Amino acid sequence: MVKRIVVGAHYGLRDWIGQRVTAIVMALYSVYFGICALMLPEMSYEAWSGMFAGGFMRFFSFLFFMSLFYHAWVGVRDIFMDYIQPVGIRLTLHVIVMFLLIGYAGWAAQILWRL
Amino acid sequence: MLPLLLSLFADSLGSAETFADYKDTVSNPLVKLILFGLLWAFLHHFCAGIRFLLLDVHKGLDLASSRQSARLVLIVSLVLTVLIGVKLW
Repeated sequence: MVKRIVVGAHYGLRDWIGQRVTAIVMALYSVYFGICALMLPEMSYEAWSGMFAGGFMRFFSFLFFMSLFYHAWVGVRDIFMDYIQPVGIRLTLHVIVMFLLIGYAGWAAQILWRL
Repeated sequence: MLPLLLSLFADSLGSAETFADYKDTVSNPLVKLILFGLLWAFLHHFCAGIRFLLLDVHKGLDLASSRQSARLVLIVSLVLTVLIGVKLW
């Protein structure tokens, strides 16, 4: 007989992997960003915006921000699941954090593609 | 803190004028202090994250080496913070 579990969220593994994949993306980006920033001849607007003008840098930066917000979502949600027991408050907090993170994602896209 | 960082990032990439605003903001000692605090938090999370990824693949799982790597994370992240902090000051 198949054992059916009727409680719980069942997305543990997906989020566990998501957390690690986004972590690796951010770690690689951090190193890449650090090297690029160190190679800038001077900290001027031209040099700095030039660094973000290339298609690859823009794409990688956007990927970093998406990873950051998904990673933050998993982390914050886990904290709320552990420490905020009243369902109403937890749901409210989840919704607030979710909308904030989606808003930040839009903001990041706007910054990167306005150049 | 994310809105602060994003607005600084937006200023730094907006135009030459907003870049000057950005420079003004980050030269404020209080802002600098906050940013270095965040830098430390980020680097600690970065190092600890690498440690957890290694633990995930069963590297250094025994008590002695995991204690040692925990200590190493603390030291390396502080050293990196100081190095980058000095570079950015």
